[in-house]
Amino acid sequence: MSAINIIVDGRTLAVEENATVAVALLDAREYAFRTSVSGEARGPLCGMGVCYECRVTIDGVPHRRACLVVVAAGMRIETAAARA
Amino acid sequence: MTHTLRECDVLVVGAGPAGMSAAARAAESGARAIVADEGVAPGGQIWRPALRSSSPVVAQRWAARLAGSGAVVLRSTSIVELRRGANDGWLALAESNDGGFQIAARSIVLATGARERFLPFPGWTLPNVVGIGGAQALLKSGMSVRGRRVVIAGTGPLIFPVAASLARAGAMLVVVAEQAPRHKVLRFAAGLWRSPALLARAAAYRAAFLRTPYATGTWVVAAHGEPAVQSVTITDGASTRAIECDLLCAAFGLVPNVELARLAGCDVAEGRVIVDARQATSMAGLYCAGEPTGIGGVDLSLAEGEIAGLAAAGRQADAALLGRASALRRHAAAIDEAFALRAEVKALAKPDTIVCRCEDVRMRELDPRWSARQAKLYTRAGMGACQGRICGSALECVMGWPADSVRPPTQPVRVSTFLQDIQSAQSLPHGAH
Repeated sequence: MSAINIIVDGRTLAVEENATVAVALLDAREYAFRTSVSGEARGPLCGMGVCYECRVTIDGVPHRRACLVVVAAGMRIETAAARA
Repeated sequence: MTHTLRECDVLVVGAGPAGMSAAARAAESGARAIVADEGVAPGGQIWRPALRSSSPVVAQRWAARLAGSGAVVLRSTSIVELRRGANDGWLALAESNDGGFQIAARSIVLATGARERFLPFPGWTLPNVVGIGGAQALLKSGMSVRGRRVVIAGTGPLIFPVAASLARAGAMLVVVAEQAPRHKVLRFAAGLWRSPALLARAAAYRAAFLRTPYATGTWVVAAHGEPAVQSVTITDGASTRAIECDLLCAAFGLVPNVELARLAGCDVAEGRVIVDARQATSMAGLYCAGEPTGIGGVDLSLAEGEIAGLAAAGRQADAALLGRASALRRHAAAIDEAFALRAEVKALAKPDTIVCRCEDVRMRELDPRWSARQAKLYTRAGMGACQGRICGSALECVMGWPADSVRPPTQPVRVSTFLQDIQSAQSLPHGAH
């Protein structure tokens, strides 16, 4: 298992290849994937693409489900923290 | 856009165990089969391609069989609409990373699996409060839990493999709380002697987390923490205690995914798609297999998938296969009875507890006299990104509100996918409108 670099909110992170974006963020102790409509921090709940709580912006595309996307070298991810 | 319309004899929706066996059997019978799945590889949630552990032998066997069957596997592809197509067939609208496209099929097998049932309690929206299957899915995707304090609170047999996985991955599993009362769990366990393989599996799981108490008749009351969960309060009805944790896994059984079946017009009762012995639904050319017909586990899903795949390809399943499926269904009924939800877990939400997580609708905003439709119209509960998949199943339990009708698309899609659908419909000689 080798590591690749992704960019999370401007910060470079070394993550395991084949990990999902959700796992890469959780392992980096990023809790606030998105901000709810009333301002709460939210992270993954179902882990399987049903709940839409883990939505982040990936390579400029908003509302991607982090639990369904596998990391790729150089991938740029923006979480709620970046938009706060 | 590479394809705007794909054609096949059998379209299988979902590539978990039921979808894999359905697609393989259909393709082996000579049908041109396509199987579409949201995941990055076949396997579904239970056989999710694991990063750190190897897949069970049966999963590898079916993966190889599917790969050799000639069925086309569409990965990272969602089916978001299903309607009648030309020549008594069906037309599905699909979306992949590359965009939207249509799939025309003579028959369809819905193998859409199940999701977890979440029930609202104070603190359930905090980061690091996840599902039980959710934790398993994240673990299999590579989540690291070494040295982290984990509490599981929920119900059902799914707790066992997940607790075992967490313990093996190095988590400090503090307590496992099962809401079902001790006598029901014991009676269920005693009944397992009829299925030695299941009993052995359960014992192996328990051995993996033997140092952690398995507390029956115990359930979650609230989660606390900032910015993520730091502790959980659990109770057995008599005494209540707070436990520090870094991860709380809380869910209350499984809910069949029946949205596409309902959209297509299939008869659904008590949240399950009604099928006959050939897995045929009430709609001609539409079959259903696995968890959507009632939660039954991986072995039943495989058997139903085989039957449905054969039927969709115009073939008949043999008596042995049909007999295996009906024996497995009896086991599923025993699980339902043992792990029925107690009234207390349906009443955990306080007035200010969020019930609809997409729209942040709180319990106090809902009137028990309403229907799910009224709650939608008055408060937006169920109108968010998940389309009521989380709060709809919760409110069915908490308020007794049956699920509202399903309209396309069954999940959020890009506008371009819709445009693709409209353009394709206009250019089709036998457009289904």
